[in-house]
Amino acid sequence: MAEYQNIFTQVQVQGTPEWGMETEQSGQERMGRPGFSTLIGWIGNAQLGPVWLGWTGMVSLATGILALNIIGLNMLAQVGWSIPEFIRQLFWLALEPPSPEYGLRIPPLNDGGWYIIASFFLLVSVMSWWARTYLLAMEHKMGKHVFWAFGSAIWLFLVLGLFRPILMGSWSEAVPYGIFPHLDWTTAFSIRYGNLYYNPFHALSIVFLYGSVLLFAMHGATILAVTRYGGDRELEQIVDRGTATERAALFWRWTMGFNATMEGIHRWAWWFAVLTPITGGIGILLTGTVVDNWFIWAQEHHFAPMYDGSYGYEAFGTTYQGFIGQESN
Amino acid sequence: MLPKWFNTWNRDNPTNIYGPAILVGAAGVAVTVAAFIVVVGQPFKTDSLQTGPRGTGMSVPEFVSEVRDADPTIAGYLRRDDITEEDIAGVSAEALQNVPPALGNISDEDYARLVVAMRSWTGIPDLMEDPDNYQTQIAYTMVGMVQSINEDWIGHVQSNAVVGVNCYTCHRGQAVPSEIWFRLGPVNEAAGGWAAVQNRVTVQSQYTSLPSDALESYLLDYGRIGVHDLEAHVAAYPSEEGYPTWQDTERTFSLMNYVSNSLGVNCVFCHNSRAFYDPEQVTPQWATEMLGITMVQEINNDWLVPLEGLYPEERLGPVFADAPKAACKTCHKGYQQPLQGLNVIDEWPELALTDPES
Repeated sequence: MAEYQNIFTQVQVQGTPEWGMETEQSGQERMGRPGFSTLIGWIGNAQLGPVWLGWTGMVSLATGILALNIIGLNMLAQVGWSIPEFIRQLFWLALEPPSPEYGLRIPPLNDGGWYIIASFFLLVSVMSWWARTYLLAMEHKMGKHVFWAFGSAIWLFLVLGLFRPILMGSWSEAVPYGIFPHLDWTTAFSIRYGNLYYNPFHALSIVFLYGSVLLFAMHGATILAVTRYGGDRELEQIVDRGTATERAALFWRWTMGFNATMEGIHRWAWWFAVLTPITGGIGILLTGTVVDNWFIWAQEHHFAPMYDGSYGYEAFGTTYQGFIGQESN
Repeated sequence: MLPKWFNTWNRDNPTNIYGPAILVGAAGVAVTVAAFIVVVGQPFKTDSLQTGPRGTGMSVPEFVSEVRDADPTIAGYLRRDDITEEDIAGVSAEALQNVPPALGNISDEDYARLVVAMRSWTGIPDLMEDPDNYQTQIAYTMVGMVQSINEDWIGHVQSNAVVGVNCYTCHRGQAVPSEIWFRLGPVNEAAGGWAAVQNRVTVQSQYTSLPSDALESYLLDYGRIGVHDLEAHVAAYPSEEGYPTWQDTERTFSLMNYVSNSLGVNCVFCHNSRAFYDPEQVTPQWATEMLGITMVQEINNDWLVPLEGLYPEERLGPVFADAPKAACKTCHKGYQQPLQGLNVIDEWPELALTDPES
């Protein structure tokens, strides 16, 4: 019997493309001739397109491409317009925020000016994409859950690039646009403010991040495991509980005494995912503004215990000569 | 070839042999590997140096095969006993005239022996022969520098044992020591300020995207390395003069990364990584390193930079035509202790102390 699976679909549905409902403007607003791809059919729906572009999509794509090009051309200029160097150093290169001395003033183009311009376009791009998630949900008479979920990510994005720099009084506090450089920023940010691991909101963010991963794995596994009883028809199972739901619920209740419901598990997942950037954003916003050294803050609040014991290898009866196997010297 | 009944039987009884074969094969490999490790031992043995209290994760892990290898340059070190009477006799009368002021009080024989050694250590066969030769002129200063390091920086160069430094510590038989460095200035074109000095693969940045001007800022220009506030709440802003920014932190990180690569150690060799700044949670090596940083600043500013006018053009820096400079790696070459703790002054007392009479 043929099986319909999500990854490595053995049976792909390919035929007359589905356009969605016919409306008066449907021909204008849905862009691109729909087609089929066996390759993407392996990981999802084989049909590609059409896309509802709308004014939000237009604005978002145009400003996003502009921002990306400003970043890329700045990187290219930094290596003297050499394409081979650009490719070699791509992961090292970045468009950096202004030097600290400019504060919130407009800096010269070559010292953060381009960064401000790229950030502005990126902001417009992200915000119009956010509007797009609202408008499309409205169009489909859906709840606005995706809109609010994306909003939580945008909260973190705005904290990093807009709210915190303004509170700190300097655009130089923003994150560089570059592969390795943004990681350097992250490390430096943590070290500068006395170890972000002692920031409780950072801890909460990690809880929700790892919790999201765990919930995703548990839910995905549970549904796949009861697919043979129709469990993958989750919406039907929510309104009309069948043997798939009963078995899944029983499995977890017998395993750990508690089970989520067929509907509630999605609220669990949504809140865990959404709270990751919300709590993370709070943690970043407090850093350097309210708290300047998280380790000392943690000591003041009695959750950074001191360890008993000595520092230095000499205290543990070892010598350098012994470590390198030359004790006799 | 096979009997007919066998082929018929196989056709009538189709069996998946691949599943069991993979299972048995995987299990067989696992058992063989496990047996190999039990019998022969772990082929990639590691050892670690505990550097802090239990529970802090402070340890320097190493592959035994790597850490047990002797520094290959130790074998090339010329000892006092290796020098024969003929070697000493071979030092010309001119060379004996060119006694560096810092060695004014030693006998001709001791001086000649030292010249033989210095020629071997630096790989310069005619060192001290011609007083107008730039290498000889630089050697005059370098002898004084070695004496000064041994006498004034005893807390760094003898922090573990009587070890000291001599010419070989940096030179290792080469006229130009390895791991010297030059000022780079901005590394990016079409960028100014903070954007210009980083995000490029350079030796100074140790091939990271961290700033390339760390050695210049801290080991030449006396920049402030610490970046932390020592209270939980501080009213200060990045645009204010003297506020340590995350940019300063990246530069510090770049320097620290250089130091750890230079010594072949990790962060927790000196620091408890949960509070890098806290002087109550550091190892004794942290203090040795602090002295080392000040020592390098002195070496560069008082000894090496003033030599700039003596070098020929090809020995100067590629960007600013500046004099070559030293830092941790110039001596340590990736080892915790240069030459793995070989005592290089016991045979050469004339290099161990500055000459009070000169």
